[in-house]
Amino acid sequence: MKDILIRTENLNLWYGDKQALIDITMEVPGNMITALIGPSGCGKSTLLRCFNRMNDIIDDCRIEGSVFFGERNIYEQGIDPVEIRKNVGMVFQKPNPFPKSVYDNVAYGPRVQGIEAKKNLDRIVEQSLHDAALWDEVSDRLQESAMGLSGGQQQRLCIARALAIQPEVILMDEPCSSLDPIATAKIEDLMGELKKNYTVIIVTHNMQQAARVSDYTGFMYLGKLIEFGETKQIFESPQEQLTENYITGRFG
Amino acid sequence: MMPRDAAGLRMRKEAVSSRGMQALALGISVLFLVMLLLLLAKSRPLLSGYSLTEVLLSSHWDPARGQFGFAPVILGTFYVTFIAMLIAVPVSLLCAVYLSEYAPGRVRRMFSSFIGVLAGIPSVVFGICALLVFVPLVADYIGPWVGVETTGLCILTAGLILAVMVFPIAISLSYESLQALPIELREASLSMGATRWETTRKVLFKAAGPGMLSAILLGFGRAFGETMAVAMVVGGKNQMPSLFAAGQTLPSLIVSSVGEMMSLPLEQSALVFVALFLFVVVTVFNLLARWVEKRLQARWKI
Ligand SMILES: Nc1ncnc2c1ncn2[C@@H]1O[C@H](COP(=O)(O)OP(=O)(O)OP(=O)(O)O)[C@@H](O)[C@H]1O
Ligand SMILES: [Mg+2]
Repeated sequence: MKDILIRTENLNLWYGDKQALIDITMEVPGNMITALIGPSGCGKSTLLRCFNRMNDIIDDCRIEGSVFFGERNIYEQGIDPVEIRKNVGMVFQKPNPFPKSVYDNVAYGPRVQGIEAKKNLDRIVEQSLHDAALWDEVSDRLQESAMGLSGGQQQRLCIARALAIQPEVILMDEPCSSLDPIATAKIEDLMGELKKNYTVIIVTHNMQQAARVSDYTGFMYLGKLIEFGETKQIFESPQEQLTENYITGRFG
Repeated sequence: MMPRDAAGLRMRKEAVSSRGMQALALGISVLFLVMLLLLLAKSRPLLSGYSLTEVLLSSHWDPARGQFGFAPVILGTFYVTFIAMLIAVPVSLLCAVYLSEYAPGRVRRMFSSFIGVLAGIPSVVFGICALLVFVPLVADYIGPWVGVETTGLCILTAGLILAVMVFPIAISLSYESLQALPIELREASLSMGATRWETTRKVLFKAAGPGMLSAILLGFGRAFGETMAVAMVVGGKNQMPSLFAAGQTLPSLIVSSVGEMMSLPLEQSALVFVALFLFVVVTVFNLLARWVEKRLQARWKI
């Protein structure tokens, strides 16, 4: 049976007075791809950002409930979000490389975590770029600015950058929404590879993508997790009317 | 469909008003040139009597005897500006970082409008405050502390008040260049387990670097040309600058001599030359600020 890596329990989140997540309880299996789908504004990104405590940087955001990584509740008192994030990579909707060289982008995370030896960094950079299927395209321009890469290359660079911290979990928030079909296909293939070593949670608006790449799918609506289960089951025999409406495109 | 004449009238109005505004803009640029030419022309009497190097390098200033050496004032100006920048640069950058990266929204909004207000305060008010605070501070505490006797009307005091006057422009411009950076840049860094300070130091400083450098250069221009506040506390003595001694700067030389200006034609020309010098240096720094920002942005592909 599946191993549960992350578990949320009665997670509630408010931006100011507005509640954005309502009582979310879910279990994310390890070494699988879990997709979060749902209409715009339903709280997918917000939920995703709970897994690495990125919501902490938002001024008026308040959270109740727990998120367990294994036995550890990352929202417990006294836990340093900076430490949590070292174990969780994140890829954002828009490619956001630093205005630095390709090499320095990928080496950023390891350096922050205290790896300085050139030999180790070289190895990590090469490995991460390989894993992100970008090495062949950039191996001869590692010292050039990352801003000069194409959008699809930039996004794979961001994936490489996230892999370089050797995380357990990778969070992706609509990673393909600004890419063309070819770049998208590359990144989808990549995800299949990634799940051998990582647990991937991906937010997507693209239902075909969710069906293609993910093992588990959660459907969210207005801050609630309406249904969660194996992707096949969600897409072929949803238990909830709302889910069915959404995936069949009959949505009011 | 609009009636024909009405449409024609609108177009003519549009044409006339855009011409008019164009003419105004042109007029302003011409004004700048006219000022430059005027200053050049009126400096001629001095420059025909003395060589440029003589005027710039000689340290003897005695208009009555026909001695016009600007070295002490030029050095004095750089001296006070340097002191001001030494204090203002780190303080302003850290302040901007705090405001942009650490302060909660409420504090940020309050403080940034406060900075705006500060920038609009007339410099004579800063001068008065310097007389009330910095002069006694330097005379009674800093001077004795380092073992120097001073009246407090000196180069150091002028540098201190200039630092305060540079804060608003340097803080608000570097704050703006930080705020202009996309939130995604910070999130990328934070998501890899960097602290806020690491994010600021390793990512934001570089990305906002061109804007910050430009803020510093503009602050330099501001300090270099500041007149009133400096004239009130610098002591007004035309001698080689030294930290605790009375000194003189280019702008303060003009205000303190402007009364006598009418009597000696050559002195008048000398003061116009000082104005020309200021005009050129400050203009160069302003242009440099813009150029550096553009160049660095292009170079770093930000
Ligand atoms: N920083 C914020 N401050 C205040 N409200 C926010 C903030 N971020 C998100 N929200 C609100 O929380 C709700 C959920 O937003 P979220 O970004 O999680 O939605 P989403 O499902 O990711 O939508 P999309 O598919 O459009 O990305 C929305 O109503 C949004 O307006
Ligand atoms: Mg979103």
